[in-house]
Amino acid sequence: MKKVFVPLLIVTAGLFAYAPFAIQNAPYESTMGLVQKIFYFHVPSWIAMFFAAMVCGISGAFVIFAGRQDADRVAQAAAELAVVFGLMGLLTGPLWGRKAWGVWWQWDARLTSALVMWLVFVAYLLLRKYGGAGSEKLSAVLALFGMANVPFVYWSVNVWRTVHPKTSVVMTLQPSMGIPFLLCSLAFVGLFAVLLAARVRLENVRASVDELYLALEE
Amino acid sequence: MRRLLSLSFAFFFVALPALALQPPSPPDGFVPASSLPGQEQLPAAPLVIVAYAVVWLLVLGYLWSIWSRLSRAERELADVSRRLTTGQRR
Repeated sequence: MKKVFVPLLIVTAGLFAYAPFAIQNAPYESTMGLVQKIFYFHVPSWIAMFFAAMVCGISGAFVIFAGRQDADRVAQAAAELAVVFGLMGLLTGPLWGRKAWGVWWQWDARLTSALVMWLVFVAYLLLRKYGGAGSEKLSAVLALFGMANVPFVYWSVNVWRTVHPKTSVVMTLQPSMGIPFLLCSLAFVGLFAVLLAARVRLENVRASVDELYLALEE
Repeated sequence: MRRLLSLSFAFFFVALPALALQPPSPPDGFVPASSLPGQEQLPAAPLVIVAYAVVWLLVLGYLWSIWSRLSRAERELADVSRRLTTGQRR
């Protein structure tokens, strides 16, 4: 991971540096105009959140079924990232919706399910912080539930009636909008990977400190 | 009866589409933007700027948080390692 970290950091920084120019050159959407440009950071932040939720859930499965301590550290790091990227999506969405829909929030299927998924990961972090000894397995189960939410949130716009745009919007983007969107998505996935590596390192150092304290006591 | 039927047929299939294709009536007067619904009056630029600012603040804030926690943990690690090598207890 150490070998990949620096090149990944450079590529991610480069993508984020270029993103404002790509977004500025992207054409205005015909009905929403300028406010639609929030899309280029809003959707990629949810993509990164979905990645974080899946990494957290898969690591949680390793904790439950294999009792892996290293997987627990990855799950903890990914849960924190799911909360951060989810918060980005939850804050940028209403700013877009206020102009596009005339309201900050709608209790429809997409928005409500996304909020519930985010709350699951907030609950994970609270459980880890205040749950005491043995909260690893319980929080790993919570991580699995969080991951199970991902397909429901993704498909909710296609199944239920909602004011939110459907998933087909992304697939049918014209290149002038699709390329900036792809760049921003790659930048957010890269940022997720960089932050995950840094956050896992923090957990590894903490684990080493705990081991040394135990050695000191003995 | 047949004439009546053909007249109504002609009305439905010729006259109605023709009426429907009429250009919209011109406006009677200009409407000030302030009387538009709130949603249309709202400027988009501040919303876009706030959205991008929120993302950057969250990224930078989280980076700072990781950096500060990591340096604290590394200091603690160095401290405990030093104590372990010198055989000190807490």
